[in-house]
Amino acid sequence: MAGGTGGGETITMSTHESAVQAAHAHGAPQGFIRKWVFSLDHKVIGLQYYFLALVAVFVGMFLSLLMRIHLIWPTVALPLLGDIKPETYLTLVTMHGTIMVFFVLTTAPQGGFGNYFLPIQIGAPDMAFPVLNMLSFWTTLVGFIVMIAAFFVAGGAPLHGWTGYAPLSAVQSTGPGEGLGADLWIISIAIFCIGALMGALNFITTTLDMRAKGMTMMRMPLTVWAWFVTAILGLLAFGVLLSAGILLLMDRNLGTSFYVPLITVNGQLTGHKGGSPLLWQHLFWFFGHPEVYIAILPAMGLASQLLSVFSRKPIFGYKAMVYAILGIGFLGFMVWGHHMFMSGMSPYTAFAFSIMTMGIGVPSAIKTFNWLGTIWGGRIRFDSPMLFAIGFVSLFVSGGISGPFLAQPVLDIQLHDTYFVPGHFHLIMGVASIFGIFAATYYWFPKMFGRMMNESLARWHFWFSFIGTYAIFMPMHYLGMAGMPRRYSQMTEVGYLLDLIPLQKFITYAAFITIAGQLIFLVNLFWSMFKGKKAVDNPWEATTLEWTTATPPPHDNFGGHTPVVHNGPYEYGVPGAPRDYVMQTDPEIEPAH
Amino acid sequence: MGLVLLAVIWLITFISTYFFIAKTWWLPVGASAAAAGIDHHFTTTFILMGIVFVAAQVALGYLVWSFRDRGNPAKVSYSHGNTTLEIVWTVLTTILFVGLNLTSSSIWASERFRPAAADSVQVEVTGMQFAWYFRYPGPDGKFGATNPELEDASAGGEAALGLDTKDPASKDDVVSGVMVVPVNREIEVILRAHDVIHSFFIPQMRFKQDAVPGLAIHMHFTPIQTGEYEILCAELCGLGHYKMHGIVRVVTPEEFDKWLAAREAEKL
Repeated sequence: MAGGTGGGETITMSTHESAVQAAHAHGAPQGFIRKWVFSLDHKVIGLQYYFLALVAVFVGMFLSLLMRIHLIWPTVALPLLGDIKPETYLTLVTMHGTIMVFFVLTTAPQGGFGNYFLPIQIGAPDMAFPVLNMLSFWTTLVGFIVMIAAFFVAGGAPLHGWTGYAPLSAVQSTGPGEGLGADLWIISIAIFCIGALMGALNFITTTLDMRAKGMTMMRMPLTVWAWFVTAILGLLAFGVLLSAGILLLMDRNLGTSFYVPLITVNGQLTGHKGGSPLLWQHLFWFFGHPEVYIAILPAMGLASQLLSVFSRKPIFGYKAMVYAILGIGFLGFMVWGHHMFMSGMSPYTAFAFSIMTMGIGVPSAIKTFNWLGTIWGGRIRFDSPMLFAIGFVSLFVSGGISGPFLAQPVLDIQLHDTYFVPGHFHLIMGVASIFGIFAATYYWFPKMFGRMMNESLARWHFWFSFIGTYAIFMPMHYLGMAGMPRRYSQMTEVGYLLDLIPLQKFITYAAFITIAGQLIFLVNLFWSMFKGKKAVDNPWEATTLEWTTATPPPHDNFGGHTPVVHNGPYEYGVPGAPRDYVMQTDPEIEPAH
Repeated sequence: MGLVLLAVIWLITFISTYFFIAKTWWLPVGASAAAAGIDHHFTTTFILMGIVFVAAQVALGYLVWSFRDRGNPAKVSYSHGNTTLEIVWTVLTTILFVGLNLTSSSIWASERFRPAAADSVQVEVTGMQFAWYFRYPGPDGKFGATNPELEDASAGGEAALGLDTKDPASKDDVVSGVMVVPVNREIEVILRAHDVIHSFFIPQMRFKQDAVPGLAIHMHFTPIQTGEYEILCAELCGLGHYKMHGIVRVVTPEEFDKWLAAREAEKL
């Protein structure tokens, strides 16, 4: 790898890589169906994932809007939808959470941007398994359709929350929506898991096997590291959720009792006996906690990338960032029990999980320090991707800092299942990840569509989103401390909750304004696709491989050549260099100091 | 733009922190023996995390303003980081996070590792869609048997619990829709659920524990203030989750004995 081979040229390869890549070569497709629908091109598949997530996020956001309206105006009937009943509210809670977690936070950052840019950033012509890649998208789409179908069957969508705790989710008589709607919900998640597993295999193989000459692991952009580790988490986590879901489906329909002990519902025996409700929680959270990192790691990788690009400075502590990603991935599998401190699990176990959870705060803190270290001494350009990256860091800190409250069982006694929890996770895994998606959209839009997005609209979108997010989710922490439980459709039945209604009203008003701000994004996205200013190949003067190729990239990404990499991904402000950035394909610079 | 970002980030930070410090919305007043310790640890965590929160946000706002592109071609500082700094803040964060956790372990141990005292007042708490029932063992100190086949939820009381009246130990059991407990005595709560998971939450007692079907979970707390406190269900249990509400009445020991005796008398 050492030793430059001349200036910024690309060469065709004659070694192992070329054999590997030739095996994956597939000619540019002809015709609309093969090009845009059943496409094998990772870029098209990435866009398909992205637009699926875009549809899903607006569905999920609409559901949350209905929730917010019902919370503060419980008796108001809505046009078309009519009255929202308590059970309807819970179906909104369930479907909002499920759609957002699976079809937005897992789909866009990994399936969308990961698919599009991981192969290009490592200098590969496509994913390792293009057919598998196409299948994983279509599987995910089927999962989404099945999920939406749950709204339209008899009894409607399930009301058991996105965590689907048994026996509520395991026995059909526990409530409306726990019939066919709940079956569809589980089947949809199972289908999603299969798609995610195929995607994960593809990402891992591609990263390990398809890197261009010179692209050592320690020269990979942090985005690639994040997608790679996310894929490993997905491979280990979704398999468990898939199994757990199949057992749940059997409990519901085949009379097994994996999760259901001898219970009566409304005084009627259900025929189940001997199962354990806690088993579901262990299996679910064994997936569920790594899932948090599946949602946030790509955003962390992207924030690292953007802070470096727009500060015109190398990332502070590249190796520490890589180790932190690996550390988070590893520890992420050892902390699931912190969701179960109040579940009846052994208190000794809770103590152990608590220590591990506080431990995972350490790599997260390292990343924050390094982000601040990256902008320190830089020359910051405030383009819209950078605004969202800065917003991400702020949200990550705010959402992260409430973690140590919930991670300590002693404090969790009071805070568990209160609004403090949605306040915490919406800031960190919800909106921080969404800020990652926004930042990625503004950053890579020129490469994907060959046009720039409108910068003033982007700024308006940022201010609405940034201030609005805090206005919605910070007050949820206050509600939680005051003892407001989650998933209450009305606040009228408990005396002390009446005092908290004004704060809930404030949150609803803030949600109206913030959601209105998202329309700016939608307009900008579609307007810029057709009318935006033409983009040059490297508008941000960035160094990674996607900026070395045409805009948009050709079918095989690099137009018949394979790039050769000579430098790390974050060489900005290099002393003695002709310009303030050195591309990864430029001649090798002196070893970093 | 740098200045606007600084202003907005700082403003958000100070407004958010203000409402915590002013305690505009805060933990309800504690009324159990454990509350003081828990609240103290809450305050400790709040102060430490508050400092980290404000410091990080203030630094972020300052840095984006201070290192904005001022249009001059001066070179940025070319640095890939500093290993000593990385080690320093890794060690400091580890000490802060893990140390903070360890300081609270004695409270957790006394709440959850230690069983209830032998002379505590036993109350069996049963959750079902969407009500709480409270059972006292009576003078014999033993809870009578229950049988799921005898349950009649609509009848309420003993029938809702499926109390087996043929069991001699059940004769003196008292079932109530309100939880009445004496002040300054340890209360042993035995948590059960009939149908789905519920969670027994009394904010003023700093008490929360899931009631899980198939399990009898033994917990304890000691009320130190007389008065009425609201009981909530904190685990999603179905469409009536929001109204699964109860009352715990903390009374003097004399009033408690009198209440229990009156309920016994009603049975005979």
